[in-house]
Amino acid sequence: MMNASEESRTGLCGTGQSLTGWTGRILSVDLSTRKIGTMELSHETYATWIGGKGLAGFLLRPQITLAWDNPFMPIIFMTGPLVGTIAPTSGRGVLMTRSPLTGTVGDSSFGGALATQLKRSGWDGVVITGQSEELVGIEIKDAEVQIVSAEPLRGLGTEAVFRALANKGSVACIGPAGENGSLLACVMVDRHHAAGRGGLGASLGAKQLKYLSVSGTGRVAVADRILLKKAREDIVRLTMASPALMGQQGFACFGTGAVFDLMDARRMMPTDNFRSTHFSDAGKVNAFAYRERYQPEKYGCKGCHIQCKKVRPGVGGGERRAMPEFETMSHFTALIGNTDMDLVLEINALLNDLGIDTIGAGATLACYREIDRQEKGHRVMDASEILELLQGMAQGPEHLGGGSRRYATAHELPWASMSVKGQELSAYDPRGAYGMALAYATSTRGGCHLRAYPISHEILRKPVATDRFTFSGKARIVKIAEDTNAVVDSLTACKFIFFAAGLEEYARAYSAVTGLETTAQDLLRAGERIYFHDRVMNGINGFSIRDDDLPMRFFSEAGSSGGGVEIKPINRKEFYQARERYYRIRGLDERGKPLREKADELGVAW
Amino acid sequence: MEFLVDKYADKLRRAGLCENPVVGGLDDVLVWNRGADPAWTARLTPVFGRMNISGLVFGCPAEPFATILEFLAAEYPDGFAPKDTETRTFLHELPVIHEFTPKAVADVLGRRKSVIIATPSVMGIAAHGSVTPEQGFVTFSSVCFSSFVLFFSEYLRHVRAGTVSPARRTAFEAAVAHLEPMVEQGPELACGPFADREAALQAMVEAGRATVEYRLVDSYFGNISCLLNQELLISQTGSSLDELPGLIDFCPLDGSSTACLTASSELTAHSQVYAKAGGRAILHGHPRFTVILSMDCAERGQNVTCEIGKLDLCHVKCPAKRYLSGEDGGVPIVPGEVGTGPNGLANTLPAAMTGRGAAAVWGHGLFTLGNTDFNQPFQALLDIENGCRRRYFATVDAAEGRR
Ligand code: SF4
Ligand SMILES: [Zn+2]
Repeated sequence: MMNASEESRTGLCGTGQSLTGWTGRILSVDLSTRKIGTMELSHETYATWIGGKGLAGFLLRPQITLAWDNPFMPIIFMTGPLVGTIAPTSGRGVLMTRSPLTGTVGDSSFGGALATQLKRSGWDGVVITGQSEELVGIEIKDAEVQIVSAEPLRGLGTEAVFRALANKGSVACIGPAGENGSLLACVMVDRHHAAGRGGLGASLGAKQLKYLSVSGTGRVAVADRILLKKAREDIVRLTMASPALMGQQGFACFGTGAVFDLMDARRMMPTDNFRSTHFSDAGKVNAFAYRERYQPEKYGCKGCHIQCKKVRPGVGGGERRAMPEFETMSHFTALIGNTDMDLVLEINALLNDLGIDTIGAGATLACYREIDRQEKGHRVMDASEILELLQGMAQGPEHLGGGSRRYATAHELPWASMSVKGQELSAYDPRGAYGMALAYATSTRGGCHLRAYPISHEILRKPVATDRFTFSGKARIVKIAEDTNAVVDSLTACKFIFFAAGLEEYARAYSAVTGLETTAQDLLRAGERIYFHDRVMNGINGFSIRDDDLPMRFFSEAGSSGGGVEIKPINRKEFYQARERYYRIRGLDERGKPLREKADELGVAW
Repeated sequence: MEFLVDKYADKLRRAGLCENPVVGGLDDVLVWNRGADPAWTARLTPVFGRMNISGLVFGCPAEPFATILEFLAAEYPDGFAPKDTETRTFLHELPVIHEFTPKAVADVLGRRKSVIIATPSVMGIAAHGSVTPEQGFVTFSSVCFSSFVLFFSEYLRHVRAGTVSPARRTAFEAAVAHLEPMVEQGPELACGPFADREAALQAMVEAGRATVEYRLVDSYFGNISCLLNQELLISQTGSSLDELPGLIDFCPLDGSSTACLTASSELTAHSQVYAKAGGRAILHGHPRFTVILSMDCAERGQNVTCEIGKLDLCHVKCPAKRYLSGEDGGVPIVPGEVGTGPNGLANTLPAAMTGRGAAAVWGHGLFTLGNTDFNQPFQALLDIENGCRRRYFATVDAAEGRR
């Protein structure tokens, strides 16, 4: 065991001034040398990169050209200045490294209590490098940090790990998928939450890191408590006025599954590997049906009053199990032609236990199903076959464990992979929302709905509604939303609350916590810097215009029109024109590569 | 984009808020509404360069708002924060600046949704949006509404206290001279009961449009619903009552679908009103004098006996039985925030609607209920607002006479 505060202080210049919001200390752990140290960054660095995704990106940058499994490639768990304070939804953190699945920057926001515990234990984040010879865990208890053997946990599912580490505070861990290097592997946090996308579980596996546990007893210093309380009230009031969050059909009542019926009603529910966009059995497997059948309870991240998670009471006194999120509900029904809710629950539990991203797994399975049909003709996939295929995904990066793109390419049917940059698309069909189409393509981590989250205005009508069937105006809207969400992931807060509140209110919270007088536009500028930095890192690794594209299907096949809505194929020319506009607005050249002038203007190292 | 900038410029004109609005929208190329004054657009174009925004609205407000804002900007040179719901929930405060430069405008819009620009030559409002010009339009309209409510509320307070300054009196008289004449009779709306969805939808569209035309709500706020068989039909969140076609959700009463996740934030309040008070049609607007009187309580502020009033928590905790008419048995006033939270009006409104089929929410607006169609709730909305307006001026006259 080592006391990190007694260790040599690595890194960047501390100024000696006191910080509020941030602890000013980042833990560094080298699993090769077993050296544990403390990094201190300058105030300016904190103010420039904020925390979470921003600060993690700053620390990742020097190593971004390394292979994802190179021992020197860092894995960074980062909190933000709001974490551990009373700012609403501030219990989230960010996990960042280079994505095993896509080769892009790989960051994933995670919930639970891990970020709060980390902050309370006196750390803004943890940077893990090296590669252990045996399977290990990192255990943090305030300033005490130790690397312990996790060999007894080898091969175990996450559920068993959480049970074994029940008294260790908050826990992030991988299951067999991560250990075996599956590119769909995720990192599970506090049993019910996941850093889901990009295959980041494989990154922990490559370092032989089974888990990170944290328990902290400190308090986070805040510059102005009264101002923070006022900012909190303003934010909470807005969430209460939000039908999507707190309304009788909203996330607080039904979980993210609340959008299930709406997606089908808007004819944008990805069905049969995105071959159609309406699932005639949707009404049988909607959020209401889950509620009737399983009576889920409310649950959520630390520091959140929305509590959008839903958990099912444990059977026979067992642990509560997470109910499927919207994307899992949708991809394991409509996308693969299943109407058995019990099976969806079983799949959800299995994937969480194996430590696999449910979105990636669902879309990869749908791709497999379509290819299988092409090769062998129509046949029905039963529950045991599905479960077996999913089990197979945890065995390693081969076969389905490499994700849909690798699988489809190996079968010389690359069009069957519904992915962008190799990351599978989530449960919003882009033919029903053109901002979403553009946002999938420009996302720096590949097929992700959350980077710009156009569903907010295209479907949920917040902050105002936009016409979902036009690209007009969308280039700038997507760019500004990416900037916004980049800073949200840096503060860190939850993107869901931005259906109701805005940076206007969060800037007040940030100013109150840090004592740095900051406006919404200041934060947006930081977000622009952080997102552009992603583009710079991806650019260095060769990503460009050909990667900012959608699967062919969306340009050539119509969706399921009906209910007064026509779902046409996306006009490719209009899509490319919108992408061109996006490039100009974002400060990229016509090939999608970052422009030097923009980097200089934003203070991003070239 | 051209369509949107023209649309919102036109809406500002039609709402009587501004005669020569300037509305800008930016994707990669900046476009202004047709007829936008080039002198203004030249001055405002650099604001886009200083901010990450998609839309900007600017205009010199029409009367009586110009007079009101001129007075308030002098009275509160740094800005003000009215207590009505639109300000408390969405605007938070109304900052004022006294120079009209792109930097000064962008500095304030960098932290708030709107800025009031008061210089010797310009009296204007600027507002922005990160998504579309509609945000700027909504904010512009809210600034006018909130300023109106604050101005007339303060006059009432000062006249009672005998502290009306000459400048305030002059502004008041000018503003009153610009008030639109009272309209007593509402339009004839479709008669119920509605045979089917189509008939109900048409009736809602018609009543919504009339509510905006009669200036009983600023377009964008307000909501409307009706009950038809086992469904509640309700306007969507963020829809404008004068543009309802295609923006009405059908919510099954048994809750078996969440497809109306986009329904108005007051869905729960509406369904509870039907459950508790009966009826088949609800209309909700923000008529100005109703809002003013809903906040008019002698017990508010310092030096008062009411503990809640002292704490400035009337809007959520007012414990008193209060009525718009000031008399027992009139239209009740209840506290409550927007939505369903622990302090939400969904908890207070339904019971209050049982008696008179109408209730005001503190600092927010008025809900009215009809048994078969929108004729009854529309006329009630109009009558109650007219009653509040008469009572307001009667109170002022009485206080001035006494003084
Ligand atoms: S809304 Fe849900 S995901 Fe977001 S912080 Fe709250 S509980 Fe977590
Ligand atoms: Zn209202």
